[in-house]
Amino acid sequence: MAETLMFNALRQAIDEEMAKDDKVFVLGEDVGQYGGSYKVTKGLYEKYGEFRVLDTPIAENSFTGMAVGAAMSGLRPIIEGMNMGFLLLAFNQIANNAGMMRYTSGGNYKIPTVIRGPGGVGRQLGAEHSQRLEAYFQAVPGLKIVACSTAYNAKGLLKSAIRDDNPVLFFEHVLLYNHKENLPDYEYTLPLNKAEIVRQGKDVTILTYSRMRHHCTQALKQIEKDGYDPEIIDLISLKPLDMETIGESIRKTHRVIIVEECMKTGGIGAELTASIKYQLFDELDGPVVRLSSQDIPTPYNGTLERLTIVQPEQIVEAVSKIMNNQI
Amino acid sequence: MAEERTLPKFDYSTVKISKEESLIYYEDMVLGRLFEDKCAEMYYRGRMFGFVHLYNGQEAVSSGIVKSLRPDQDYVCSTYRDHVHALSSGVPAKEVMAELFGKVTGCSKGRGGSMHMFSEPHKLLGGYAFVAEGIPVATGTAYQSMYRKKALGEDFDQVTVCFFGDGASNNGQFFECLNMAALWKLPILYVVENNKWAIGMAHERATSQPEIYKKASVFNMEGYEVDGMDLLAVRDVAQKAIARARAGEGPTLIEALTYRFRGHSLADPDELRDPTEKEFWNARDPIKKFATYLTEHNIVSQSELDTIDKKVQQDIEEAVEFAEASPEPDKSELYRYIFAED
Ligand SMILES: Cc1ncc(C[n+]2csc(CCOP(=O)(O)OP(=O)(O)O)c2C)c(N)n1
Ligand SMILES: [Mg+2]
Repeated sequence: MAETLMFNALRQAIDEEMAKDDKVFVLGEDVGQYGGSYKVTKGLYEKYGEFRVLDTPIAENSFTGMAVGAAMSGLRPIIEGMNMGFLLLAFNQIANNAGMMRYTSGGNYKIPTVIRGPGGVGRQLGAEHSQRLEAYFQAVPGLKIVACSTAYNAKGLLKSAIRDDNPVLFFEHVLLYNHKENLPDYEYTLPLNKAEIVRQGKDVTILTYSRMRHHCTQALKQIEKDGYDPEIIDLISLKPLDMETIGESIRKTHRVIIVEECMKTGGIGAELTASIKYQLFDELDGPVVRLSSQDIPTPYNGTLERLTIVQPEQIVEAVSKIMNNQI
Repeated sequence: MAEERTLPKFDYSTVKISKEESLIYYEDMVLGRLFEDKCAEMYYRGRMFGFVHLYNGQEAVSSGIVKSLRPDQDYVCSTYRDHVHALSSGVPAKEVMAELFGKVTGCSKGRGGSMHMFSEPHKLLGGYAFVAEGIPVATGTAYQSMYRKKALGEDFDQVTVCFFGDGASNNGQFFECLNMAALWKLPILYVVENNKWAIGMAHERATSQPEIYKKASVFNMEGYEVDGMDLLAVRDVAQKAIARARAGEGPTLIEALTYRFRGHSLADPDELRDPTEKEFWNARDPIKKFATYLTEHNIVSQSELDTIDKKVQQDIEEAVEFAEASPEPDKSELYRYIFAED
């Protein structure tokens, strides 16, 4: 067991997979000599050389498309979005090429690619650097979307993503890179399609992912003090949704609160709500509650930014309300 | 109508081509031409759907370049105008036709259609429907080739050819990729098929520098213009660029001056282009030009060429029969091919 920061856990995942499979390579802006904007690839350039840790020009759509071509022809690229938001420039390559091409090509090509990097709302980074692309990309067929949230799951999930033969959009969170945890000394991977039960409980199911998981666990003390016993589930897989784990929980609690960082309109929670209502309608004692970010560009101002995303107090309040049938 | 660019002169005295090789190039061009004519017929008869972009007039470019590659080894990347690039790459005519008919026997299993011909066995990277989006993908396979050689130490000299139009050359992906390919000396040929038009946008109205091949120079890349209606000239420039790429000397930008004999797609009434412009280019039909060269130089007789024409026509009829007789994709397979496992 060694205490490890999340960015180091991610690096270990990449390092181990690169050592094992020489078809795996990393590309992106400043991933090489600079070591990555969040130091996830630090030291890999020295270890694996300039071709396997490729410093690209600032040309997101083109280097993303290049990675698709490399994947089609047998390599296993890991694209780092310096900030995931920049990959809006590569929307076409991610949607049309990475996501849909296997289907369009009638199975001629597979595109084993990981598209990873820092996403989410940081600390006053302004609207453009506070994107939640998972919401935008969830409609693209053929993509798997994963969000890690701890040093432990970051490593296990990233290794699986690298080994997966499909394009995987892998979201890290800018504010979680320093999350610290003891990691096992042995090698492990985690399934990409399985939600993680963070806390078992019987009163209410809280569905969350990425950084909001930690807001939920922060709220937990007060929720427990208030006398409630919530079940907290980290979705991990944002597409496809692990409806099995989610269903099992709801059949037990009959109450659902979704806590997400993306905006409410067209967000992950919107899709989740629809799926729950369709598949588990009879199990619900009341409406599915959605705590999402405001439908606004994330403001720079710290107070406004705080108001934009869901805070632990709101989770406490929502639990209390739902338990008292006030929702 | 802007004045026609002077087509670059080609020195025929350097040409060395065997009879066998000549027939391969000739047959490929005829196949491209007759296949597209058949597509027009089948489209108007309601057998194929969607946007169908034909290649008539540009055959010397596809044949001259692709037939100079190593079949099933070198990559070819196309656009929505992809039928003939697929044929030159060796995808059987019946598979291309069946794809156009939306049949499960098509090279993309009926999932792709006219603008999305793919064939991994033939190293056809695909037809890409968005203008310029194939350029990065092809740059990626070229990167892969370089990676095999330099990062993995394999003895590997695969080359990628990337086709696109004059319109695409004004898109940012073109410049971004030229930069990277030159920077990393990637084994790739960027082949601009300058047919003077991007749907209804005349080339000189869309670019500040109509001589596209000159754009290579700012990336420290080799750039050449070539008469795209002259198979031998295209073949010559292709062979040189391919040899350079295999030798690790980097990418080449080739601007082939050509013309499409039909509208942009079968849905285009083609009313904008000046008849005198069309006449100018029709008079330069690449198939006739090559046939004349072959017979005048006594490499092949006219009757041998006629035999090929007949054989190709027969192949195309068979392709149509094959496509007609082929089954539709099974409805139960609607969700197949979304992920790598199925
Ligand atoms: C990104 C994108 N924008 C616009 C279009 C519509 N469109 C299809 S073909 C075309 C013209 C392209 O011309 P060119 O690159 O010269 O190729 P050509 O059709 O002449 O072969 C346009 C604008 C498209 N397919 N993709
Ligand atoms: Mg054009």
